[in-house]
Amino acid sequence: MRAELYADGAVRRLDGPLLFLERTVDAGLNTAVTVVGRDHIERLGRVAAVDESRIVVEVLESTAGLGLADTRVRLEGRPLSFGVGPGLLGRVFDSVGRPLDGGPPVAAREWRRVDGGVVNPATRALPRDFIETGVTTVDLLNSLIRGQKLPVFSGGGLPHDRLVTEIAMRARVRGDEAGRFAVVFVGIGVSHDTAQAFRRALTESGAASRTAMFLNRADDPAAQRLLTPRYALTAAEYLAFGEGRDVLVVLTDMTNYCEALREVSASHGEVPSRKGYPGYMYSDLASIYERAGRLRDRPGTLTQLPVLTMPADDIGHPIPDLTGYITEGQIVLDRELDRRGIFPPVKVLPSLSRLMPAGTGRGYTDPDHPALANQLFAAYARAVRMRVLAAVTGAEGLGAADRRFLEFGDLFETTVVAQSGPRTLEQSMAAGWEALARLPREELTRLSRAQVEAHLGARAGVHHA
Amino acid sequence: MSRATIVSAAGPVVRARMHGAFHVLEALAVGERGLLGEVVQLDGDLLVAQVYEDTTGLAPGMPVVGRGGPLSIRLGPGLLGRLYDGLLRPLEAEASAAWRFEAGVARGDPVCAGAVYGRVDGEPCLVPPGIGGEVIDVVPDGPQPRDRVLARVRDARGAEHGLRACHAWPVRTPRPVAERLPPEGPLITGQRVLDTLFPVARGGRAALPGGFGTGKTILQESIAKWCDADVIVYVGCGERGNEMAEVLDEFPTLEDPRTGRPLMERAIVIANTSNMPVAAREASIYTAVTVAEYFRDLGRHVALMADSTSRWAEALREVSGRLGELPGEAGYPAYLSTRLAGFYERAARVRTLGGAEGSLTIVGAVSPPAGDFSEPVTLHTRRYVRSFWALDPNRARARFYPAIDPLGSYSEDVGALAAWWQAHGDSEWERHRERLLALLERQARLERMARIVGRDALPAEQQLALLLADVAAEALLRQSAFSPVDRYCSPARQAAMLRLVIRLLDAAERAVAAGTEVRTIAGSAVLQHVRRLADEHGEDDVAGIEALAAEIETAWPSAPTGTDAATATPRLATAPTGATGHAR
Ligand SMILES: Nc1ncnc2c1ncn2[C@@H]1O[C@H](COP(=O)(O)OP(=O)(O)OP(=O)(O)O)[C@@H](O)[C@H]1O
Ligand SMILES: [Mg+2]
Repeated sequence: MRAELYADGAVRRLDGPLLFLERTVDAGLNTAVTVVGRDHIERLGRVAAVDESRIVVEVLESTAGLGLADTRVRLEGRPLSFGVGPGLLGRVFDSVGRPLDGGPPVAAREWRRVDGGVVNPATRALPRDFIETGVTTVDLLNSLIRGQKLPVFSGGGLPHDRLVTEIAMRARVRGDEAGRFAVVFVGIGVSHDTAQAFRRALTESGAASRTAMFLNRADDPAAQRLLTPRYALTAAEYLAFGEGRDVLVVLTDMTNYCEALREVSASHGEVPSRKGYPGYMYSDLASIYERAGRLRDRPGTLTQLPVLTMPADDIGHPIPDLTGYITEGQIVLDRELDRRGIFPPVKVLPSLSRLMPAGTGRGYTDPDHPALANQLFAAYARAVRMRVLAAVTGAEGLGAADRRFLEFGDLFETTVVAQSGPRTLEQSMAAGWEALARLPREELTRLSRAQVEAHLGARAGVHHA
Repeated sequence: MSRATIVSAAGPVVRARMHGAFHVLEALAVGERGLLGEVVQLDGDLLVAQVYEDTTGLAPGMPVVGRGGPLSIRLGPGLLGRLYDGLLRPLEAEASAAWRFEAGVARGDPVCAGAVYGRVDGEPCLVPPGIGGEVIDVVPDGPQPRDRVLARVRDARGAEHGLRACHAWPVRTPRPVAERLPPEGPLITGQRVLDTLFPVARGGRAALPGGFGTGKTILQESIAKWCDADVIVYVGCGERGNEMAEVLDEFPTLEDPRTGRPLMERAIVIANTSNMPVAAREASIYTAVTVAEYFRDLGRHVALMADSTSRWAEALREVSGRLGELPGEAGYPAYLSTRLAGFYERAARVRTLGGAEGSLTIVGAVSPPAGDFSEPVTLHTRRYVRSFWALDPNRARARFYPAIDPLGSYSEDVGALAAWWQAHGDSEWERHRERLLALLERQARLERMARIVGRDALPAEQQLALLLADVAAEALLRQSAFSPVDRYCSPARQAAMLRLVIRLLDAAERAVAAGTEVRTIAGSAVLQHVRRLADEHGEDDVAGIEALAAEIETAWPSAPTGTDAATATPRLATAPTGATGHAR
């Protein structure tokens, strides 16, 4: 039951995003509010504080044009909610779930709180099973698991948009005959061009029909940007846990989200923490990222692939740092690889998928997949170490085995990391074995002797001592 | 019970007008839903409270009820094996309403605080601290409702106390003990790099700092699974829901290597995930340590895993900020250091009030911003712990796990624990351990040098040191939490592996001194075997490790004086690099 109440002419003060009402009606904390000015534009807000004489409303959209006498405030009698139902897929919405594609609003089958509430950890099921993205550095080395949150750490000007659009178009769950896979694509603070490009790419690839898009434009108000991922995730939760689908949510760009958070926090006069971002940014980001997962008693999975651009390419900046502390790994893009024309320019060593053991190997992908990935990491790490050693002395300063690793490093980047089109996991694994075959077999200690024998036995690569 | 009426609400902070007496830190039921809160300030007829739950819907006029005492939890039988929130409320369905009582005392018996006066469903019932005297009444054995008074005690002043199976205890107050005891034996974690290089004592305190993804959680989970404590308290403080689900999923299916029982039976999981209310996050650490002390008081050895203490410190910062306190370093309140000290001080080996020996070992994860160990939480924590297990992002990136940095870590308990190891597996444990550490330290120096002169230009003896340090790290320090063969390493197997590696160092060194080329050693089969030692010789094959020793002895021709290891050994371990290196 929702009871709507109006407070007309009760506005006493407007200060930035805050609107102070005389307490002529009863309202609890967090109640959703619609604020309508002389211009008849509806603005979303919520009750941020109450005392015996006033109600403080935080307006989540621009307050430009609002006045004291002529502003109507509607108290919705429930927290901010989004009406969801069948027919979300194939549609395009704005920041707060209003259709942008000229179509009718989605008929609401149920209203869900946009902040999602907290999932009781006892009702969570562990993420399992693999999503094939077609990207070797993901599938083979940092596998994406259904129910995982795996961000892409990028930098300004790097091709992260291309990477995630390709993943959104191609990603598949193996053995998904029923077509239960769906994508929720969320543009946060994106330019009109980029928004257009996303729409075009998804339409042309035929993936638009399994996709719901939410677009928050760069010129939308900051407070609204904070709502976009919440509305989109509410839709995604409905698709996943209401309709039982495997949903991949792409959120780009979370850096814009965090900038908006900083701006809104400053406008509330809060004491800033590191680099001006609010001290609660960790908890705030967690309230978004923690919405990924699986539930014990229901089908459906919600996987998140957020993108963020690291300010000044600094992985220690609060945005990537706090994100990395919440998410289950990260895919890091690298400027140097990009300059060398390697696509996707994934910097393999700092990348990580923490759920990889839960969804790869026997019963999920290939029994030798985890060991192969592990060995590639170890070998490539050694190659990178040798590059440092050889930086001064040149390759001649290294022993024979070390030189082989140095060569392996280049080969790995050009044949495993770089790819011209999508690869199946089998093709990715083949590329990996191929690269390892160049190394002295006795150095491959992350593989069992049996694995070396089975995959590399017939080939060259014996150490010439 | 005092009452008050809400006059204002904002975020988790509520102000209410009092109609009776309230006290600072008194627990409250706030609003119509009875949300749990705590008094933080009293000001005239107003109280300021912080609420531990989602405050959506709170409004002026709603009631606030005082609970008459500080934030407390109920301790007693039936706690093990389950998941709770930060205030010890079960997150899964409650067990049955009744349990079977079996008296351990009779009318007229004297009982003291900390004594066991009976059992329900086989679990001991404790006389709470502060109560003792003569038993004047005990209920008969048999099924009893859960909250029934089971016995009555009259104390020396004639006051009567009813004893229930469970008793309440305020979480912020350490539980009393008869005596604190010095460290004696190690908490065996089953992780080689910890037990062999940086051991923690039973009743000790360890910190596990590391940037994101360096392996804090996996290592804490591994310790929780395989360490030789009787009870594990695992608190997920501001961390991921999936990690809690993982513990719940995995622990029931794993066996305690000592008892063969499902691991979940000895575990308690407390979860305040990162999306749960922040105020309860601050309390969750105290809840966990109080539960852990309770089991210690039953004479058990308890290990507490706190992941992550940084989230707790941040919650402290957030709450302090909302109360308008003056911020100190990096915005943390000035009392951060005192709070950290107070938390770690609750770890100890003790003589309990009941006279038994119990211990509480604390392992706290620290999540420094940007992985920088010079931030306040890491710095202060370092002052209060005795084992410091620093995680190294470079090792983690190379997937070398656990990514403990042997040069940045230490344990102040090595001296106290050497005797134990020397009696249980390796009579030369302390010397072997030092030798290994010296080798790893030397490796770091030589690698810096090799960067300038080239690896190939180093003298044979130094190249050998680099090779052996690599092999020793592969063989001993690397231990995958996901390898069924190697995820747990018993003290016996650890000792065998350490002895074997030391033997390999000796033999290789003698061989090189006798003119064998380092390349020959690098390519030899036995060396490759040692690299895979952990994966190829599990717990049931410690003999296989020992058998390798013979192979090592005959692998390479050694110098005529080769049988005299004493002359060769110290050179490799302690040779100052300056002698050959710095001159260039
Ligand atoms: N001992 C280990 N054996 C095998 N893999 C490990 C080990 N330790 C860590 N890993 C790998 O590293 C990943 C990250 O580890 P973990 O989740 O413990 O990091 P963390 O330090 O807790 O990070 P955060 O601070 O973000 O929580 C794991 O998912 C796992 O893949
Ligand atoms: Mg962790």
